[in-house]
Amino acid sequence: MTDQSDPEAQAGKLKPWIKPSIVMHRSGLVNKFGAVRRDRWQTDIEEVPIGELVHDFGSPLFVISESKLRDNLHRLMRAFTARYPSVRYAWSYKTNYLGAVCNTFHQEGAWAEVVSAFEYEKARALGVPGEQILFNGPHKPRAILERAIKEDAHIHIDHLDELYLIETIAKETGKVVDVTIRLNFETGYTENWGRFGFNVESGQAIDAAWRIARSEQLRLTGLHSHIGTFVLDQRAYGAQARIMCAFLQEAEDKTGCEIETLDFGGGFASHNALQGIYLPPEQVVPSFDQYAEAICTPLIEATYERSARGRPLPILILETGRAVVDDAESLVTTVVANKRLPDGRRCVVADAGVNTLFTAFWYNHQVLPTRELIGTPEETVIYGPLCMNIDVVRSSILLAPLKAGDTLVISPVGAYNNTQWLQFIEYRPNVVMVHPGKEVSLVRSAEKLDSITAHEHLPKHLSSPVKSK
Amino acid sequence: MTLDSIDEQVILPDPMALKRLAVSESGFVFDPVSGHSFTVNETGLVILHALQRDSRLNDIRELLSSDYDVDSQNLDRDLLEFLGSLSNQLEHP
Repeated sequence: MTDQSDPEAQAGKLKPWIKPSIVMHRSGLVNKFGAVRRDRWQTDIEEVPIGELVHDFGSPLFVISESKLRDNLHRLMRAFTARYPSVRYAWSYKTNYLGAVCNTFHQEGAWAEVVSAFEYEKARALGVPGEQILFNGPHKPRAILERAIKEDAHIHIDHLDELYLIETIAKETGKVVDVTIRLNFETGYTENWGRFGFNVESGQAIDAAWRIARSEQLRLTGLHSHIGTFVLDQRAYGAQARIMCAFLQEAEDKTGCEIETLDFGGGFASHNALQGIYLPPEQVVPSFDQYAEAICTPLIEATYERSARGRPLPILILETGRAVVDDAESLVTTVVANKRLPDGRRCVVADAGVNTLFTAFWYNHQVLPTRELIGTPEETVIYGPLCMNIDVVRSSILLAPLKAGDTLVISPVGAYNNTQWLQFIEYRPNVVMVHPGKEVSLVRSAEKLDSITAHEHLPKHLSSPVKSK
Repeated sequence: MTLDSIDEQVILPDPMALKRLAVSESGFVFDPVSGHSFTVNETGLVILHALQRDSRLNDIRELLSSDYDVDSQNLDRDLLEFLGSLSNQLEHP
């Protein structure tokens, strides 16, 4: 029985199959952003077809754009150097420490900002000289501090115990060490991360400056603070600049030190949709220019007099991680199965879950199909492959019917996934980088059984699953 | 398991519930008993119309495979899911 009014049917041509669906009309909150855009799908990444990438490197697959990494850093630096004469950028390793990512930024002039012995060793192994490493973080064991001091790395002191340890090492090695202290304070816009560094309001920070001034082995040359993460109100950075400049003045006046660097840390938001934020990222995330304006204007006002007296302006240091890397990486995943939940909602099971996409815990990532989907969009839950109830990639997204084998592109995923991902239940997948000219390189291989068991040791009596008699 | 091996009485929605539905040509469905309304897509509409005409499962499969480009495995799988969904919506809205 064929529909005679249908031209395809009349021509004897079979129509494309659309998975049958029935969707109940529900009253409730109206979607203020209007209807679902049906015309959105993504067939390639940097002009390399996604089907080709999955064919060559498997699924799931992380895909990084080298051009995007470079462009993002250029845009950030342009925004700041247009407003302030002396700007330095340090790549935050914890955001994404894949060697190919780090070296792309280093080739653009980035220093390394590390927060552990592992990250320090990784930066050095990649070829970054010690004097271009900013060493942050609350845990710097003696051995790595000795190495960092020997290699003239820039140490950001987090607490008094570290201050004393650095002084001891400096005495033992006969060096005078230039140090930076990390500050924490209330900006009025962000929650104070009081656990890091020395508090300004309580007087801890000026006491630390005094203590350094009295040391023969230490010289206070830098101030650092990191006011938060995914900071959506750029005015927070204006407050940070004013507070740090006031402290700079106080420290120089009271202790006689000369501050050469002001490190503003990171925290700029990326164009990702934080769960619980109603408006889309295009409307709430400040641009690099807005962040730069917020920081540079009070910085120039506060240091104008210093400049007029012929003293050099402090170097402005940025450790922006998320905002320069997030949108340079996507995750391609494949639909494994379609299901109906008992409450009638549709769900799909994908081969990438929170094990590979750790940021799914706090973002509603953009999810695009890789072909035009035909059919009625329905509220859909995207689950990952883990045998764990928490493995939810998107708890609610409107998607037209998908078939097992369909691929989806999840983005932006460049920040914190390749560092916080878990080897849990599944192997971690390949990561590739698309270079200019559409050349593709494997930059991290998918794990195999050996990748995981290589670090295990079986006691002799447990070397067999059968108990010996 | 294919649809051939499934008891039609188990998988098909209640015929009385199907008959009472008001179905428009655009896929708008109204159930006067529960007061709920639904949207079915193009293939869902073909299946619903066939069910209202008391078509058997095999008739529906033939009808769909003669008009649509779908292999029997995917057809069976999607039909099974749709019929389950339809029964669920009509009987436990």
